[in-house]
Amino acid sequence: MKEQGGSLLQKEGTKTVLASLISIVIGLAVGSVLVLVVGLFSSNLGLASAWEGIRLIFLGLFSTGRDQVGVLTWGFNPRSVGNMLFRATPLILTGLSVSVAFKTGLFNIGAPGQYLMGTMATLAIALGIPSSALPGPVIWLLAFLGGVLAGALWGCIPGLVKSFLNINEVLACIMTNWIAANVVTWFFDASNFKNIVENTKSGYIYKTTYGLTQVDGVWTYVDGNGVQTAKLGLDKLFPGSQVNGGILIAVLIAIGIYILMSKTTLGYQLKACGSNRHAARYAGINDKRNIVLSMAIAGALAAAGAALYWLSGNTEFHWETYQSLPAEGFNGIPVALLAANNPIGVIFTGCFMSMLNVVGLQLTNLTAYNEYITDVIISVIVYLSAFSLVIKMMLNSRKKDKAANAAPGASSPDSPSEPDGSEAASTEKGGEQA
Amino acid sequence: MRTMESENIIEMLHITKEFPGIIANDDITLQLRRGEIHALLGENGAGKSTLMSVLFGLYQPEKGVIKKNGQEVKINNPNDATALGIGMVHQHFKLIEVFTVLDNIILGAETTKMGFLQKKEARAKVEALSERYGLKVDLDAKVEDITVGMQQRVEILKMLYRDNEILIFDEPTAVLTPQEIDELMATMKEFAKEGKSILFISHKLNEIMAVSDRVTVLRKGKYIGTVDAKDTDKQSLSNMMVGRPVQLEVTKKPASPGEPVLDVKGFCVPARGHKRNAVNEVTFQARAGEILCIAGIDGNGQTELVYGLTGLEKSSGGTVTLCGEDISHASIRQRGGNMSHIPEDRHKHGLVLDFTLEQNMVLQRFNEKRFQTAGFINQGAVREYAEQLIEQYDVRSGQGPITVARSMSGGNQQKAIIAREVDREKPLIVAVQPTRGLDVGAIEYIHSQLVAERDRGRAVLLISLELDEVMSLSDRILVMYEGEIVGELDPKQTTVQELGLYMAGAKRMDMTKKEGEGA
Repeated sequence: MKEQGGSLLQKEGTKTVLASLISIVIGLAVGSVLVLVVGLFSSNLGLASAWEGIRLIFLGLFSTGRDQVGVLTWGFNPRSVGNMLFRATPLILTGLSVSVAFKTGLFNIGAPGQYLMGTMATLAIALGIPSSALPGPVIWLLAFLGGVLAGALWGCIPGLVKSFLNINEVLACIMTNWIAANVVTWFFDASNFKNIVENTKSGYIYKTTYGLTQVDGVWTYVDGNGVQTAKLGLDKLFPGSQVNGGILIAVLIAIGIYILMSKTTLGYQLKACGSNRHAARYAGINDKRNIVLSMAIAGALAAAGAALYWLSGNTEFHWETYQSLPAEGFNGIPVALLAANNPIGVIFTGCFMSMLNVVGLQLTNLTAYNEYITDVIISVIVYLSAFSLVIKMMLNSRKKDKAANAAPGASSPDSPSEPDGSEAASTEKGGEQA
Repeated sequence: MRTMESENIIEMLHITKEFPGIIANDDITLQLRRGEIHALLGENGAGKSTLMSVLFGLYQPEKGVIKKNGQEVKINNPNDATALGIGMVHQHFKLIEVFTVLDNIILGAETTKMGFLQKKEARAKVEALSERYGLKVDLDAKVEDITVGMQQRVEILKMLYRDNEILIFDEPTAVLTPQEIDELMATMKEFAKEGKSILFISHKLNEIMAVSDRVTVLRKGKYIGTVDAKDTDKQSLSNMMVGRPVQLEVTKKPASPGEPVLDVKGFCVPARGHKRNAVNEVTFQARAGEILCIAGIDGNGQTELVYGLTGLEKSSGGTVTLCGEDISHASIRQRGGNMSHIPEDRHKHGLVLDFTLEQNMVLQRFNEKRFQTAGFINQGAVREYAEQLIEQYDVRSGQGPITVARSMSGGNQQKAIIAREVDREKPLIVAVQPTRGLDVGAIEYIHSQLVAERDRGRAVLLISLELDEVMSLSDRILVMYEGEIVGELDPKQTTVQELGLYMAGAKRMDMTKKEGEGA
């Protein structure tokens, strides 16, 4: 039994998973300490609410609110789970975007910009095509593909700059992020889509279920044109939540990326370039083309996340907010790191990150804490996920220490497992010395 | 007890060092006597470097003890080793290129007064040492500007400056010219005479026989034995090392050169960061069925010539014709159609180290019909092919085709590359230092493969820095000096000394006339 554990521990994959889990646990623990400290030093909180807060941090997904007496109740909460899956959709895709680039030796910090370009193209197509011209699902498809294409093209830019001018992709990505933010702001400011105003809200709101239709000879935006992601029965499974078929599309894309990277010649080339550009070039693989391609795929994935998020039918895009960069883009980095860049792993780490979001909401709703605690947890995990290699090394050295401790133990007479004569000889000599 | 102490300055007793899946050192005992030159001989992956790393404090052994003067010592890091008077010249020098020679020597052992460097004292001490041992260096030159030979002398002075009495030389002759090797040997003997103790790691049996007092042989991590150099010979040493009788001389039939396969005319390749060409107006032909060797001291344009021929670097003039096709401006993949390339740097170009062995075996061929269907890798075919190559070329690794290339020994990595390149069956094989850092057994094997390919009617372009290899393997020698071909020699009629003179630029032929004769 013990031996089995040992051999399992030696497996590289197990170590990776373990390192990620340790990062997560430490992150949650730091959050708990924070909750405790805030609880103890705050007048309207206390030890009891701190304990509630800590339990919510670990189990917030399974919180079902409070009963009449005010005690936290636990159980399967379809709404929380559904919302987790809904929010996981863009995170999984930006996580995939970052991990594909990582696998090919590139650090795609440009996911926010690609996400924004995807947002712009998706909304422009979804809102620009009159609902009367095409059926809703067709508009949906065009908007999705358009967004993906925009992201891919935007991703190409750092790739081109890297492969032909040898400019570091991180620099180029940061620049293109801000260019994207400004382009998108300008686009929505100048566009004609801005007349979607719901009665109770001010400012420009873009929602893809509002379609342009001719009513009495006047072009107006009317709700309910069907440009939204199909629910595929998920709303029945998780009633009250925002979940839709997008999560299934994201999972399918993740599986597709896994197949692309590990089973195809294209993935082989991309990985060869990423792992050793010189050897790839030596073998006649076009490294320049592959760098551009890899960034294009990364851009397409990030933009697909944006498209699925905005096409869900229940999200509203406020253009003013996009003068800054979207967090979904940056959060792809920890999602990818925690998953050790494994496309299948990204599905789970994406869900985990969105779970923290849900936990934050639960904290706000059920206790006097606010959701920013979860931001702290996320940031700790981001730091630690970058350290997951260090944690992996620590796991290795722990094993070594164990071996070293085992060696002197072998000299004791009650260890029959050492038939080696030389061992006995060396300990004998050691004895003489002492 | 007292006499024991004085005889063995360092004892490594029953050292065992394990890495995941492999025992690098299995109960190895090495006793270094005061004032002797002790050679450590073994194939690649035999555990020599691991053993020295244990002594230098880079690894901690699982079992065994190290004693100095009979006292058990614990060496946890290189600082401990330095404190015990152990110094090491690494195979790849550990120098800071932009520092001066003097700064490099005193780095880490600076004499200071109130926090200020006392370079004058240091300079006096280094100068005295340099004078005493005849180790000529320019103390004020930057390391990047001096020759490899001088860099090595700087490394030696570093050890002397720290008053080390146990000196480890890790493959010190690999980068030197024949003349420099002789000087180094003399210096080592001088040190030994003064009572310093030397551990000398080498593959080269000639040097070991010439300089060492005793030889310890390791094989596959195990201790084979320690013999007095005067009681043994090259053949028995190499048999001990490999574990079977080895053929030291290359046996080959006379070459029967056929049609020219590669025709290079007025070929130029630019140098990095310099205006002048690294390869300047080089003209030669390589014919089918011959091994044409380009000899020369490292850094005289051989690397750039190969880069230019294989397409890794753009040429700046001249033409290259391969199998009747002008490939002067062709892509690497196009050139690969008729050329296979055993690269100089197996880690940089030869392998994707994080890929498995089987993935590396199809590095150029993954796109062939055999290995893919509609863009999907035909995993079964790749596995089968890798297994076939592993079997045929005796590539040894921990887990066969799924071994990660990084975890393999240098010799087997090289064998894998050679298997891949030879099996591509191209009319021209460009082999750049194919046996660098390899042991006798692997060298024998690779040489026989290259001769076999020649006999199969392929043209082999061999670039080598090893004079023994140049002399024994090639059918025709071109010597490169400062980017130009300065001589064409027949290995049967020339001597190592004459070759050395051409390599050092002391002699040169009028190549335009020579070419005219050849045509």
